[in-house]
Amino acid sequence: MTTLSLTARVPARRYLLGAILAAWVLGHALLAGRDTLALGGAELTPLHEGANQAWDTVDDNRNSNPFFLYFFNYVRLILDESVRFVQALISQPSFGRPVPVLGWLGVVALAAAVTYIFGNIRVALLTVAGFVSFGLLGLWAESMDTLALTLTAVAYSLAVGIPLGIWAGLSGRFNRFVTPVLDFMQTMPTFVYLAPLTLFFLIGPASATIATMIYAIPPAIRITAHAIREVSPVTLEASASLGATAAQSLRQVRLPLARRTIVVGVNQTIMAALSMATIAALIDAPGLGKTVLKALQTLDIGAAFNAGLAIVIMAVVLDRATTAASRRVETRRRTGREISAFFRRVEVGGALGIAAVLGYLSYTYVWAAEFPAGADLGSYVRRAADAASLWVQDSLSGFTDALKNVITYGLLNPFESLLAGSPWWLVFAVGVSIAALVGGLRAAITAAVGLAALIGLGLWQDSMVTLASTLVATILVLALGVATGVWIGRSDRADAVLRPVLDAGQTMPAFVYLVPILGLFGPTRFTAIIAAVVFAAPVAIKLVAEGIRGVPPATVEAARSAGSSSWQLIGKVRLPMARASVALAANQGLIYVLSMVVVGGLVGAGALGYDVVAGFSQHQLRGKGLAAGLAIVVLGIVLDRVTRAAQVRTVRLGVIKED
Amino acid sequence: MKDQPVLDVRGLWKVFGPKPERAVGSTLSRQELKERTGCVAAVRDVSFAVRPGEVFVVMGLSGSGKSTLVRCLTRLIEPTAGEILFDGADIRKADERHLRELRRHRLAMVFQHFGLLPHRCVLDNVAYGLEIRGSGRAERYKRAREVLELVGLTGFENSYPDQLSGGMQQRVGLARALAVDPDLLLFDEPFSALDPLIRREMQNEVIRLHREVGKTMVFITHDLSEALKLGDRILIMRDGALVQMGTPDEVVGAPADDYVRDFVSDVPRSHVLTLRWVMRDALPEEPLDGPELDPDLVIRDAVRVVLSADRPVRVVRDGELLGVVTSAEILEMIAR
Ligand SMILES: Nc1ncnc2c1ncn2[C@@H]1O[C@H](COP(=O)(O)OP(=O)(O)O)[C@@H](O)[C@H]1O
Ligand SMILES: [Mg+2]
Repeated sequence: MTTLSLTARVPARRYLLGAILAAWVLGHALLAGRDTLALGGAELTPLHEGANQAWDTVDDNRNSNPFFLYFFNYVRLILDESVRFVQALISQPSFGRPVPVLGWLGVVALAAAVTYIFGNIRVALLTVAGFVSFGLLGLWAESMDTLALTLTAVAYSLAVGIPLGIWAGLSGRFNRFVTPVLDFMQTMPTFVYLAPLTLFFLIGPASATIATMIYAIPPAIRITAHAIREVSPVTLEASASLGATAAQSLRQVRLPLARRTIVVGVNQTIMAALSMATIAALIDAPGLGKTVLKALQTLDIGAAFNAGLAIVIMAVVLDRATTAASRRVETRRRTGREISAFFRRVEVGGALGIAAVLGYLSYTYVWAAEFPAGADLGSYVRRAADAASLWVQDSLSGFTDALKNVITYGLLNPFESLLAGSPWWLVFAVGVSIAALVGGLRAAITAAVGLAALIGLGLWQDSMVTLASTLVATILVLALGVATGVWIGRSDRADAVLRPVLDAGQTMPAFVYLVPILGLFGPTRFTAIIAAVVFAAPVAIKLVAEGIRGVPPATVEAARSAGSSSWQLIGKVRLPMARASVALAANQGLIYVLSMVVVGGLVGAGALGYDVVAGFSQHQLRGKGLAAGLAIVVLGIVLDRVTRAAQVRTVRLGVIKED
Repeated sequence: MKDQPVLDVRGLWKVFGPKPERAVGSTLSRQELKERTGCVAAVRDVSFAVRPGEVFVVMGLSGSGKSTLVRCLTRLIEPTAGEILFDGADIRKADERHLRELRRHRLAMVFQHFGLLPHRCVLDNVAYGLEIRGSGRAERYKRAREVLELVGLTGFENSYPDQLSGGMQQRVGLARALAVDPDLLLFDEPFSALDPLIRREMQNEVIRLHREVGKTMVFITHDLSEALKLGDRILIMRDGALVQMGTPDEVVGAPADDYVRDFVSDVPRSHVLTLRWVMRDALPEEPLDGPELDPDLVIRDAVRVVLSADRPVRVVRDGELLGVVTSAEILEMIAR
């Protein structure tokens, strides 16, 4: 899209681009299959073997090297023990008892009390319903494992993120330092740091917690910093003029005024943590993610759906509860003071009292400790999902096959063949020239260095295959984003209906998207592409819609009064004016799609995604998996830089044009 | 007592930009300075003294440096050069702790956009200054209630700022400043954000408070009528520099330059000028047994007496004849 709007403005550029593509197609026709640097699934390069050996060396010295003895091992110990402790409280046999300290009744009561105290009665009821449904689905222990991991990671993330966020909010210097670090943490495809983490912290809860923290800390820091910085300077000045110290201003002005926004940050942190905690199943994190993963690997749609449903329910409960908490911050101060303080104490005391009684029951009696096995709806859900999947595959196969074939033969295969089937030097030259053309010199240098790195990692062809599906998925995301975004941007009704769906889509852990899509299309690379599209579409749609909404009504009115048709309005006024948002949507779409590459590897996408996944499970492929993870990061950096440079240029050209 | 000023400002400069000290003392215009050095001289070489109990008004168009000036007085903005003597001691030399003590006990400020704490009720807002200096709960609430009564907000203790109108919010701001019982009150365009009716009401409120509590005040405004109404003396600023300082009738009667003349051209002069400004020496043959008036009487209030007298009105202070006024002078003054 960026290149489109760009080339439309500069004809010379368009012809050059066309010439490059034509040369590529011609070269491909003449030289296909030569110099493709193919590497079979189990083949290794010396680099990969070297990485394997290095890994083995680390394993051998884990208990003698001072870095490990005095740092990594301690961190691992603390994190492992933290997770185990929470597990002992709510999910696993503990302290010599066959059951956790708090049985299901106690957990439900405590969760309800907490959501009631910080939220309201409605979310408390929702919480009870949600938690009971975990038991009914037959996934009580798994759900509590996921909750334990999520809550531990959230606690650590907030303990690190909020102070750092406050610091970044107070100090412009520190803020300038952390921002690029956070940018990097957030653009890095989510799954690639799992493997290196296990190198340092072994497989298990510690690595899972750290992976989750890497993913969940950035929003905590960013939003806290933003909240602190946004506090009205007038109010701060008034406080200073009365002689408040910096600490007093922070405690009595900044923090109270920032509280509501910080709670929004807590919400984002929790949702990010839940998402990552399920994905950390790849490195053996306990919980629902593992159930989904196992089911995906054995293509057991029913079981995957059942566990996916539990994840969705947990996401909804956590999201609603924290949202209600942030509203409460707002409403609480409205209520009168003295009277409500008394009622409040009664309320809190009552809720905690009931929770304590039920908790005691669940500590003492088996019926309140173990969720009654008789009330199992899980098997029904599993069977129903299986049946539905079968039915859909049977009766919709005409449609799904058509879709699959159009995209596979129309887009995916040609792209893949062009990228992975041409000689590497041809693709290299084409890639660098396109980057130069759309993004300028620096983009070209980034592209050259990145592509060279892919060759060095020994994964050129796999990278090209992954790049092909990434590009196809991004094109689909953008098409969907523009079509839906324009619709939402123009119609309030569409906005009201679709926005909650998009919001919900964004809070769902990436994992659960796979399940229904797998049910529809079976395990192929096409499934992986659709999962990535579904994952990335909400953010692209929202960005485009925002851009369309940002077009001044006066401009639209003027164009309409000049007699433009609706299509002309969209094509000639709204989209060109929303150019910057569309370019941003392309960039973000790419990043999101790329972060699904590894997940795609679970359901039939080959190439880099498969290499990473195989690295998790097969000892001799660890080095290669590491290299594949790096290759994904390299692809991400190159695509991000080039689209960003193109975006800057698009906007600049647009400005010149409008002058 | 009258002679020892509460606040004595000497040669104050505030320059924003890189290497601000270099610009101090420059005689370039603000524009030229900006072009040559990239610095903005927001306040340039301003000196004035505020007497005890006085309402001292600083007036100027927007951008003339008033807000910067008043913030320099409590070092919310750090001045670049000059002295600020408060009760004889230089505020600029105060260390951080001493400065904080000054702000907590002796100076208080009222802001254009109120700067209230939205998460605290009115009572807690007013008590805030006392709270941060460590007063106990009972003591600060007692004081806050007193001040709220003084500004006419009794009954609104438990309201929150966004439940109040703009005028009432500014009363809270005023109460917060009064609560710490400061020696000097600073106002930065406190009523500019209010609509005209409320503004007039608040001006009267300030006049009443000044009469009741007798605080020394430095009052910033861009509104000439407000300046004339409240000020015992007025300092007029332009592009950061002082152009004129004097009593309201001096400013209106003898503008220092075209800038000030332009400013005051719309003012009904008879409402501001006193008899002093129109009286003349008695002619030898004039009868000197007409009515007697004070030289500081505003002309508007003397019109009736002068026009209805059949002989010249004598302007007398302490039994001494300063001059005479007849209908001719009054009519000429009004006609101009
Ligand atoms: N922090 C600052 N940095 C740079 N320039 C400033 C800053 N604050 C004020 N100025 C400049 O100083 C001049 C005086 O501003 P100000 O004191 O706010 O004027 P006033 O209150 O009379 O409207 C203006 O030209 C303004 O742009
Ligand atoms: Mg101002």
